[in-house]
Amino acid sequence: MTLFKPEDAPALREIVAWAAGEEQPLEIVGGGSKRSLGRPLQVAHTLDLSALSGIVAYEPSELVLTARAATPLSEIAAALDSHHQMMAFEPPDWGGLLANPAGQTLGGVLSCNLAGPRRFKAGAARDHFLGFAAVSGRGESFKAGGKVVKNVTGYDLCKLMAGAFGTLAVLSEVTIKVLPRPEKTRTVVVLGLDDHGAVAAMTAALNAPHEVSGAAHLPTALAGRSAVSYVAGSGRSATLLRVEGPGPSVEHRCAALRGELAGFGAIEELHSANSALIWREVADVALLRDGSERVIWRLSLPPASAPALIAALARQIDARHFFDWGGGLVWLAVAADGQGGDDGGAAAIRAALAGCGGHATLIRGGAALRSVVPVFEPQGGALAALSARVKESFDPRRILNPGRMYRDL
Amino acid sequence: MRMPEPDASIIARRAEIAENLRRIVPGEGVIVAEAERRAYESDGLTAYRQSPMIVVLPETTDQVSRILRYCQAEGVKIVPRGAGTSLSGGALPLADGVLLGLGKFNRILDIDFANRCAVVQPGVTNLGITNAVQHAGFYYAPDPSSQIACTIGGNVAENSGGVHCLKYGLTTNNVLGVELVLMSGEVIRLGGKQLDAAGYDLLGIIVGSEGLLGVVTEVTVRLLRRPATARAVLVGFPSNESAGNCVAAIIGAGIIPGGMEMMDRPAIHAAEAFVQAGYPLDVEALLIVELDGPQVECDHLIERVRSIAEANAAVSIRVSQDEQERLSFWAGRKAAFPAVGRISPDYYCMDGTIPRRRLPEVLARMRVLSDQYGLRVANVFHAGDGNLHPLILYDANKPGELESAESFGADILRLCVEVGGVLTGEHGVGVEKRELMPVMFDQVDLDQQLRLKCAFDPDGLLNPGKVFPQLHRCAELGRVHVHRGALPHPELPRF
Repeated sequence: MTLFKPEDAPALREIVAWAAGEEQPLEIVGGGSKRSLGRPLQVAHTLDLSALSGIVAYEPSELVLTARAATPLSEIAAALDSHHQMMAFEPPDWGGLLANPAGQTLGGVLSCNLAGPRRFKAGAARDHFLGFAAVSGRGESFKAGGKVVKNVTGYDLCKLMAGAFGTLAVLSEVTIKVLPRPEKTRTVVVLGLDDHGAVAAMTAALNAPHEVSGAAHLPTALAGRSAVSYVAGSGRSATLLRVEGPGPSVEHRCAALRGELAGFGAIEELHSANSALIWREVADVALLRDGSERVIWRLSLPPASAPALIAALARQIDARHFFDWGGGLVWLAVAADGQGGDDGGAAAIRAALAGCGGHATLIRGGAALRSVVPVFEPQGGALAALSARVKESFDPRRILNPGRMYRDL
Repeated sequence: MRMPEPDASIIARRAEIAENLRRIVPGEGVIVAEAERRAYESDGLTAYRQSPMIVVLPETTDQVSRILRYCQAEGVKIVPRGAGTSLSGGALPLADGVLLGLGKFNRILDIDFANRCAVVQPGVTNLGITNAVQHAGFYYAPDPSSQIACTIGGNVAENSGGVHCLKYGLTTNNVLGVELVLMSGEVIRLGGKQLDAAGYDLLGIIVGSEGLLGVVTEVTVRLLRRPATARAVLVGFPSNESAGNCVAAIIGAGIIPGGMEMMDRPAIHAAEAFVQAGYPLDVEALLIVELDGPQVECDHLIERVRSIAEANAAVSIRVSQDEQERLSFWAGRKAAFPAVGRISPDYYCMDGTIPRRRLPEVLARMRVLSDQYGLRVANVFHAGDGNLHPLILYDANKPGELESAESFGADILRLCVEVGGVLTGEHGVGVEKRELMPVMFDQVDLDQQLRLKCAFDPDGLLNPGKVFPQLHRCAELGRVHVHRGALPHPELPRF
């Protein structure tokens, strides 16, 4: 087993070209924080990108930042923070969830297409990924996209790299769009709603003109685990609606939102620190971290389908859940020893999703489980064949993270 | 501009191919008569014209699938077309190709407010979507200036933007799913009503692929709640530089306006002469800054924008007091293209993006080019995102002037790339900027894009001659040139 640690982009190209020539598959590692996400890799060599680090250019008034791919996310966030800016897609930190303290890198966050609670308003990593330089599985350095916020020149390969989990090319430098950080944040909390009531309340809030930027629902058991005492101490479920923007606007919209939701239940309001804390808990899936070995799933589905899906699943598996994205994102923690059986609940979850349109990703599970249960939603027919041809067009010898997403990719 | 050499053996089979297409699309859906075909000879880039071999107007996904499967089997090229409003020649027909018009796909299939999305056929107009949902206070955000005519299918192909895209995104940020027919005739679905698609983000590649990868037969778009109010400020500046500084200061202050448009002196004068919008004529640059959202937020931000403008050498500032005044600010900007059309027999609209801080330099060098070519140029500018639309004034009836305008345009785009920008911000490459692709991308970059094209369309039959300066055989591109050799960096630790 060999560990390669290129110091610069030319060295990276040389290593990948060698691997392509010798058909030697590589595991690509930035910070290593999400190594346990995806199908287990069986490769002899590790490509450690951590030396490809550092911000190359940052122009706050152009809303653009360019950095080497393995720049720690914390370094990016700190640079943006000093200019009152942010990555608007609000990248979550699943380090606690995956029990891996390694820090994330910008390239890793983009490759996994992460997105936080602001997803429905501001998009995911893919929506902020403007351009890159990379080495393909053919061992060739190439670039795509640009370093300006608006560009339609050529195919939008950034979208393809986002969420490809390093199976198409090795990113060496990336450019992202950044945005101003909101001046003020508050959260309106509706207490005591069940799943149906919560999605109804979130829909009412999201369909009103108050520009809600976060909509999550924590059932009673999970709300009780929050570090925010107003929420944990209520003994009830908490439906959270976040409002961000200039001070006067936030105050006005919170008041309007409380009026909008008056009929749903008792209402509280969380201000700066508590508001920030609870959205961190939502983004990082912190409330499903309970020291147990439960299998963690992430479901993306039409928001209005979430309550019925949970009701259907409750009859089949022992799972805890909460909603983000107004119901469009469901997190599940499935008891490994319960009726979920050997597949961590996969069959039940995917069958339930088939009825409403959506898909499930296995985020946390043992290596044995991840090698037998499809981690990403299985694809078939013409779509699977097309994905395989796309993989081949970038990495014909299958040397980049082979099998990490799907066995044949 | 040279298109791929037409295949005479295919053109000779026109009647037979039409007959076979009629078996798929009966009746008047297959057009062969020369006079009727001519209606499709051009799109929004009117400098280029070519009658298609045959026009076919399918009505169902199954028909599209069978047409593509037939054409793939017979080696016949396909050019998809929506409303034909492309400004880069994306829908320019081929003499030996079938023009696939999606105009009959004009139904809205599902409006789903609970999931804040709509499922529509690709021939529905951009504004048609908004019209269908505005009764409930919703709209579809991307608003290209052709929105009254352009179709959502065309918007997907071109990744269309509009005045509001800095805040609300381009098409790619507002489309959730598509049904796509591959050149093989296979039908796949990408995405849906959920926010994230499974597997590779092929939807992200389809959006903006300029009709080269597949034919979209259904689109799921996000619906947004219409902002409660909008207010605008009209600001005049003594120089382009001070206007540019003001834009940077607004964004630097953490304000992302719903729209932020800039016009230079020639554009201001043309617009004012055309619609009498009340624009100041003694300024070098004019900025329209629109804030949208809750009333209290608009009122708050508009005052901040006003004070930023004052601190950046503004010589005139007007804040809209009512909806009528706000619309009057926009009237001139929205009429800028026809206004320029009024002072010149023809104009040629460019679409580069630059890092905004380079604006004064780019405009100054554009003036030098303008003198060199002896052609006037007026500039409108999506100032927030650096997307520049120089309008080159020319007269197509004067020999050589079109070519001169094109070469001036190409020089402007080279300049955009030179200062760190790109060839096209929202109009697409099409045939127009095809030859300029090597200015921005080297051969390795382009080959990788072409390989992706091969994954979708191995015979290169879908919209060939667009986007890429050269056609390649997929087999050649797929070859891996292997240099076997020693392990690099033998000094590295082994475990």
